[in-house]
Amino acid sequence: MNWWETVRTGYDAVRAHRLRSALTMLGILIGIAAVMLTVGLGLGAQATIGAQINSLGSNLLVVTPGSTTTNGVRGGQGSAATLTMADATALTDEQVAPDVAGVAPTVQRPGSLAVAGTNWTTSVVGTTEDWSQVRARTVTNGRFLSADDVSGKAAVVVLGSTTAAELFGEENAVGRTVTVSGVPMTVVGILDPGGSSPLGDQDDQAVVPISVAAERIFGGTARGTVQTIFVQAESTEALSAAHQEVSSLLLAMHRITDPTAPDFTITTQQSILDIANSITGALTAVLSGIAGISLLVGGIGVMNIMLVSVTERIREIGLRKALGATPKVIRRQFLVEAAVLGLAGGIAGVVVGVAGSAALSNAIGQPIVVSPSATLMALAVSIGIGLLFGVYPASRAARLAPIDALRSE
Amino acid sequence: MSSDPTAPISTTPAVGEPLIQLEGTSKTYRSGELQVTALQPTTLRVDAGEFLAIMGPSGSGKSTLMNVLGCLDVASSGTYRLAGSDVGSLSEEELAEIRNRRIGFVFQQFNLLASMPAWRNVELPLCYAGVSRTERRERALAALERVGLADRSDHRPGELSGGQQQRVAVARALVTEPALLLADEPTGNLDSTSTADVLGLLAELHDAGRTIVLITHEDDVAAAADRIVRLHDGTVVSDRSNAPRAGLHRAGKVPS
Repeated sequence: MNWWETVRTGYDAVRAHRLRSALTMLGILIGIAAVMLTVGLGLGAQATIGAQINSLGSNLLVVTPGSTTTNGVRGGQGSAATLTMADATALTDEQVAPDVAGVAPTVQRPGSLAVAGTNWTTSVVGTTEDWSQVRARTVTNGRFLSADDVSGKAAVVVLGSTTAAELFGEENAVGRTVTVSGVPMTVVGILDPGGSSPLGDQDDQAVVPISVAAERIFGGTARGTVQTIFVQAESTEALSAAHQEVSSLLLAMHRITDPTAPDFTITTQQSILDIANSITGALTAVLSGIAGISLLVGGIGVMNIMLVSVTERIREIGLRKALGATPKVIRRQFLVEAAVLGLAGGIAGVVVGVAGSAALSNAIGQPIVVSPSATLMALAVSIGIGLLFGVYPASRAARLAPIDALRSE
Repeated sequence: MSSDPTAPISTTPAVGEPLIQLEGTSKTYRSGELQVTALQPTTLRVDAGEFLAIMGPSGSGKSTLMNVLGCLDVASSGTYRLAGSDVGSLSEEELAEIRNRRIGFVFQQFNLLASMPAWRNVELPLCYAGVSRTERRERALAALERVGLADRSDHRPGELSGGQQQRVAVARALVTEPALLLADEPTGNLDSTSTADVLGLLAELHDAGRTIVLITHEDDVAAAADRIVRLHDGTVVSDRSNAPRAGLHRAGKVPS
């Protein structure tokens, strides 16, 4: 009996007990669908977070100040005011930092924006003209800050799309005047929507020249110090060279001789991505582990039904043996039958998983990624489960003595 | 199947050698603490072309003898040579091959697979012999024609009468052209008409040269054979020849 005939015999046997086979397959179906959904959800979340992190800009290095120590108590990261405009300016030097393509020092504080009759509290970002390039943001309407705005301390502001809508509704905001923390400023542009990011809502902010922010809006420590310096490397390959250049330049500027104790931190997009991935990865693993348990239960269902099948067909096994079936052939027949059960459940599970992914993704507004390789894997696993849990029933069938099997009633 | 399916299957022993040769063959079962001897050491010789009936009441050992003859069970002692080869020392796989190629079984319960049409039941032994699909179907249909059921080949067992089902079983036993046809109470579940029908078929096959061993506890059925061996308590108590034709005609008239 060749493989194809064995598979056909297995298929016939599965079909002969439709309800029973269907219920058994249900176990596998739920397991496979659950694993596909959780893995898809995890991959979807990973893709979303990855996209958000990438939307911060490309080939980005984020330089933040180190922590302060006051009376022996270490403050949080970024609590020190060690980064200055001079640092940022030095980083733009082609000679010292040839792999740096753009530098955007920023100061950022909450501020109150007002137009006639409307107030809106948002994040006010003081920065330079490089910001739009470094952070990969474009302007829908109007223009971004210019170098002249920064050096000339022009009272101009670029609004996020949400901020503009809150203040001006449907009206065109460009050219209008808005009071930023009491300072009247002219709106020169509206940013393209950028979605949310780990750094906050990118569509709700007011971007002003850093010089204006430091001297007229924030005052105090904002004069001369910056909170964050966004540095863009020339390319992905230049990222680590740029990292090195920024690090040694800042160490020199701050007169720090011990490179293991800098007063600043450089974070790369990759390191943010790695952290995010390790979190979503762990979550996915836990969830699919739980889903995998249902697959295991489904497998035990297959074993159960195969044992029933062997007991029920004991005469058939005896007859087949009398007609010349070797133990090997009988074992193979029952193994294939279990595999057919598993595969049929797996195919149904994949169908439900794909349909469920689409439905769930719509319902919760989160992307669910169903990859072809995961689907093939699910099918392989379902056959494997059938085979694994079919081994015991099949070898029991193969071991039956033909006379005992024939004589049983 | 490991062996070459196209190799000629020996259906007859070498010249001068009996088809079946039992030499001091016995069978002992262990039932808990007890040793039960189902078959005392027995010597029996059956030549090719014989139609032998094995008779005895239940518990006489005739079923045990049938199992040993059919290679469904291995004797505890003595030797059993079938068509010249000693089957006592064979592995389970080799016994399966012997059953497949040299023996055709007909059971009291018919033992047809209900989910398959008649022709697929008949081709089953050929599947295990590794015969190609087209040849299997051809041979199965030919065997069904031989038992007069060519027009029923697509019927499932449930759609056939008891006598017809048993004839399908006979076709299945014949399809491999075995050296020996073993029938275990083949008429035990049949009415008198079907009994006559099946016995007539066996007689015809015998006339065509087949070796048949028939196990029964009914005199009327045994009368179809041309030699009757009686067992009692695991021992052969008589072994005599029988006038075959008379038995055949009587079997049809007497209700079983």
